[in-house]
Amino acid sequence: MKRVTLALTLALAAGLSAQAADAQTLKTVKDRGVLACGVSQGLPGFSSPDDKGNWTGLDVDVCRAIAAAIFNDPTKVKFVPTSAKDRFTALQSGEIDLLSRNTTWTLSRDTSLGANFTGVTYYDGQGFLVKKSLKVNSALELNSASVCVQTGTTTEQNLADYFKANNMKYEVIAFGTNDETVKAYEAGRCDVFTTDQSGLYANRLKLANPNDHMVLPEIISKEPLGPMVRHGDDQWFDIVKWTLFAMITAEELGVTSKNVDEKAKLENPELKRVLGSDGNFGEQLGLTKDWVIRIVKAVGNYNEVFDRNVGAGSPLGINRGLNNLWNKGGLQYAPPIR
Amino acid sequence: MSTEARKPPLQIALKIRRLLGGKAGWNGVAVQFAFAAVLGWIAYEIISNARANLENQHIAAGFGFLRNNAGFDVNQTLISYTGSDTFFRVFVVGILNTLVVSVVGIVFATVIGFIIALCRLSPNWLLSRIGEIYVELIRNLPLLFQILFWYLAVLAALPNPRQSISLFGVAFINNRGLIVPSPVGESGLGPFLAMLALGIVASLALRFYARRALFQRGQVIRIWPYVLTFIVGLPLVTMLVFGVPFIFEFPQLKGFNFAGGSRVIPEFVALTLALSTYTAAFIAEIVRAGILSVHSGQMEAGSSLGLSRGTTLRLIVVPQAMRVIVPPLTNQYLNLTKNSSLAVAIGYPDLVSVFAGTSLSQTGQAIEIIAMTMGVYLLISLITSGVMSIYGWRISRSLGA
Repeated sequence: MKRVTLALTLALAAGLSAQAADAQTLKTVKDRGVLACGVSQGLPGFSSPDDKGNWTGLDVDVCRAIAAAIFNDPTKVKFVPTSAKDRFTALQSGEIDLLSRNTTWTLSRDTSLGANFTGVTYYDGQGFLVKKSLKVNSALELNSASVCVQTGTTTEQNLADYFKANNMKYEVIAFGTNDETVKAYEAGRCDVFTTDQSGLYANRLKLANPNDHMVLPEIISKEPLGPMVRHGDDQWFDIVKWTLFAMITAEELGVTSKNVDEKAKLENPELKRVLGSDGNFGEQLGLTKDWVIRIVKAVGNYNEVFDRNVGAGSPLGINRGLNNLWNKGGLQYAPPIR
Repeated sequence: MSTEARKPPLQIALKIRRLLGGKAGWNGVAVQFAFAAVLGWIAYEIISNARANLENQHIAAGFGFLRNNAGFDVNQTLISYTGSDTFFRVFVVGILNTLVVSVVGIVFATVIGFIIALCRLSPNWLLSRIGEIYVELIRNLPLLFQILFWYLAVLAALPNPRQSISLFGVAFINNRGLIVPSPVGESGLGPFLAMLALGIVASLALRFYARRALFQRGQVIRIWPYVLTFIVGLPLVTMLVFGVPFIFEFPQLKGFNFAGGSRVIPEFVALTLALSTYTAAFIAEIVRAGILSVHSGQMEAGSSLGLSRGTTLRLIVVPQAMRVIVPPLTNQYLNLTKNSSLAVAIGYPDLVSVFAGTSLSQTGQAIEIIAMTMGVYLLISLITSGVMSIYGWRISRSLGA
């Protein structure tokens, strides 16, 4: 009896002092056979489930690209919907392997959450959506307006800063989820709905009469959105970071999901390096040599992903703008794969 | 060999043995202490382990964040608050918002609950059916849906600010809430409040005296004319001497909304409505059970004394029923307070919304913030249950039970 008690206490002690953070995310993911990816609860264009429960969107494709690079199978992803306020806890607690959920990169989030941003998948900025019937043409005319916002976002703080800086009064009503916020805006509880501009276009589609609403021209903040991983696992950090870079590089080199096999046969030194017939860059990451081919075959290059989810080929129809490649007037730039 | 009388063992030691060891005696006591030590050690391990892990992962820890600027706004604050105040102030703002909705909800729920219970017990067929339908309908629907229903119903029924419903041009109702004139203090405010307080204290003293006279000498003293003089007359006289205590600031339509005046936001109305009607259904059943637990002979005795049904209930039945009612009633009060945390669904800025929601995601310090939030709910619940225990004890004492 006594020995049992002792064994039990020892087991308990071991269990309690075990590290909560596993430094070997790649191994964990491989053992599990599926990538756990934190996404939003439904934001068209970025991450939203369709009527069959399949997730689509820009953020979703980032997860699928990583799954493709690891398993050569973009379907081996378990999508975990997270609200704005509990997304970081889900990442910290190890419930998800990465957070790919239109999350703004800020200094305090990078330093105090025990997590790192791996790059920028979408350069965004905060804007305002209003009813056309209000006859407002500028955000500076919004004095004394009521503003609906989703709680737990940088949006709330930008809003406070903007109205304070412009000496305007306002009333903020903060809701738990995106859908509740949009519903309250539609019910007339507030005059203005504010979030990242891409989100405004996406949410406008959810309204009964999208054409009765307009996005104001002002962009009041910088919102670089990107995926996050936990501190303390540099290999995993590299994999997530370079998956995005691989997509951007593929666009730069004109490699698409349709022509990737032909491009791989070409005698171009840069293409050979990127597509794995020369060097062992994929293996340096802990992946395979053909990692870029796997990614591009599964989801396409950055342009294909953008176009399909938020760009001209989608209901959102957002211009590339800042998200164009660096040599086409945008900010998307990938360090060389060599 | 000396034959001293054996000393009896220490009383305290015996008590401890009986209390902790039970039949197992001193062995039992030892096991109890070992168990407590293990529990303490586990708690220590959990805390120190969490600390170490947070440190390893470079997650900020500690309560220093409470001094940082929050940087976001809240639309209902009972104390002054702006975006440049600290997270600690957000915490206080959240607690007050939770408390105000709980207290108002408890008052309404109790009143509605008693009325419904009396309806159900009424000999009138229609009234008792209405009471029954109310209880069965409300208590069988999930609370979250009721909150959303009231919110969307309240919002849908109300016009936008430019088409506000005007109440005599003084108060306005629209989908931004109920806007009423707000009092602004003037020079006469101090003496006015002092005299009002004095009037209330004097009235209470008078009531105490009158009750004693009634119970000890059987003498009935009519006190209401004096009370009226104290509470209304005194402040009126001070107003004549020191001037107007406050003036009203009237709301005016300006831009998108009314400026000036005070506002009750629709989120508060919807949440209070939902919480109080929902809890009232449970309270009604508790009150009904309490009243039915009093022997029917009491009611008959009241009637045979010539008392009306209402008077019998008020003076004879309900005081005896309270003994049964109070403990489960406390549960309902606690439930209501805890249920108020559903507020975030409709954007009411309660503690969970502004502190365990916005502040948590701004700072990322989940452990500290959740612990503080749980601590607050625990404290509110313990205080409520403490107050109700005292109340219940007083009732039992006054009934001589």
